[in-house]
Amino acid sequence: MTRPPQRPGGRVGVFGTLSHLALVVWAILVIFPIIWTFLGSFKTNTEIFGEHPLGLPATFHWDAWGRAWAKAHIGQYLINTVIVVALSTFFTMLLSSMAAYVLARYRFPGSRLIYLLFVSGLSFPVFLALVPLFLTVKNLGLLGTHTGVVIVYVAYSLPFSVFFLTAFFKTLPTTVAEAAMMDGASHTRTFFQVMLPMAKPGLISITIFNILGQWNQYLLPIVLLPGNAQDKWLITQGIANISTNAGYEADWAGLFAALSMAIIPMLIVYIVFQRQIQSGLTAGALK
Amino acid sequence: MRHGKLSQASSPMALRRYGFILSFLAAPLVLYVVFVIAPYIQAFQIALTNWKGISPDFDYVGLENFGRMFDDDVFWQAVRHHGLLLLVMPLATIAIALFFSFLLNVGGGQANGRRTGVRGSAFYKIVFFFPQVLAVAIVGVLFQAILRPDKTGVINNALGAVGVDPVGWLINPDLALWTIMGVMVWQAVGFYVVLFSAGMSSIPSEVFEAAALDGAGRFTLFFKITLPLLWDTLQVGWVYLGIAAFDGFALVQVLSVDRGGPDNATTVLPLEIWRQAFTFSKYGYASAMGVALFFLTLTFAVLTLRVTRRERIEF
Repeated sequence: MTRPPQRPGGRVGVFGTLSHLALVVWAILVIFPIIWTFLGSFKTNTEIFGEHPLGLPATFHWDAWGRAWAKAHIGQYLINTVIVVALSTFFTMLLSSMAAYVLARYRFPGSRLIYLLFVSGLSFPVFLALVPLFLTVKNLGLLGTHTGVVIVYVAYSLPFSVFFLTAFFKTLPTTVAEAAMMDGASHTRTFFQVMLPMAKPGLISITIFNILGQWNQYLLPIVLLPGNAQDKWLITQGIANISTNAGYEADWAGLFAALSMAIIPMLIVYIVFQRQIQSGLTAGALK
Repeated sequence: MRHGKLSQASSPMALRRYGFILSFLAAPLVLYVVFVIAPYIQAFQIALTNWKGISPDFDYVGLENFGRMFDDDVFWQAVRHHGLLLLVMPLATIAIALFFSFLLNVGGGQANGRRTGVRGSAFYKIVFFFPQVLAVAIVGVLFQAILRPDKTGVINNALGAVGVDPVGWLINPDLALWTIMGVMVWQAVGFYVVLFSAGMSSIPSEVFEAAALDGAGRFTLFFKITLPLLWDTLQVGWVYLGIAAFDGFALVQVLSVDRGGPDNATTVLPLEIWRQAFTFSKYGYASAMGVALFFLTLTFAVLTLRVTRRERIEF
């Protein structure tokens, strides 16, 4: 059945116009700072702070990008971050799906207790653990190392990932796994070859959630990778540091180039995977 | 050949089962206990000491740290800031996000018997969500440049064009916290637009159709139908934003003047914990503040669950 489009009560006029205006204004508020930053990376200082903040630069100066990449080490920080996040997301997914699978599918003494132990981690602010965590990492000789950061990222990603994936494994049908076991597959083999492929949608959501969360971490890097380990720094602390320096050296274009380098990869990844990212990030809230 | 029931408990099959459970749980559990659970417990212990970091020696001083904390003006300033954040930031974010998600999902009237959003809805949903994928620290640096107090800041430059004097967004102590809340809202709105949109799209369209047939306008549709049916999602959003109101570390640390300034006008507990621990090496005092933050968050969570509990509307 098709009906011609109709408007409720016929009141489109003022409300419709105003609401459209609000949407446009908010979209500009979101886009404007990002474009301004991007353009700023090609400008001279006088152009950046001149009369027309959104004007195009007279000539495109690429040298700020070179300064940010090499002199401000943004290239190094980006590579560090890719390595750390790739490793920590991989181990987060491996360990949390193993734990969640066992907790969701096997009954044994203490299983409920272990599940609650994992979930209880969701209700504590990480700032409470900050000092003892720092000391633990330091005593293990892992302060200022990527290994230390990866281990801590994995440990603190476990509560939510285990919570989410346990719920997800419980929704999967049991028959396929049982059939595989009847055919003589071991528990481990059943998990990796039957259950993990079936759990793909849940795994994708939670992988995206963890990649973004760990990529954007700021507190843990500045605590675990202090000033004397600057070659190990991650992108967020590198950017925060360069902004303090730009004030003294007046290299604003360099700062904007560094910001663009941090923002543009995220923008591209987001535009390509926006559907999965939106559902991945909101999945946690709706469970 | 089948074994009897009695021997099955220690049969190779049962052993393999327990071996499997152990091998799958051992690594995550050890990691989690050592790096998450143990530090949380140790924090309560360290909070009772006068540990100063530099030397390994410390004494138990009972509740002395807490006594000092209650006499500390900066602590109370930080608590007040959390109060204000909790009052303003979630309300503003939810109000703006609800308004936008209503426009984007229901506000466009009917087409072919289905309620749709206004034109360009898909585009707006993509754009609004984008700040959410940026790191808070990066957003902080971005807004530092935008909010500069003289005409070199973008906003003050624009205000200057219409004859308004430059505003000290971050250097005016009466304004700085509001500016920071504004940036928090800027970043958060998109997430809640998407969250509420998901909630709204699960409301059956017959509900809206029936209401529209009864002559309900947009305002009735919003307040009498969308809002009550979205209650569960709203509650989730409120809890998330409330927890965020007890954080604020990255943004305040990066964006504010003098990290929490001017004159502690923007400081928050996480920032004080970090400063006491890693600038002054006062591990005992920092942990006591951590305990205070934990109980504040817990109180908020318990109160929210108490107050917002309500009959679920089935549809």
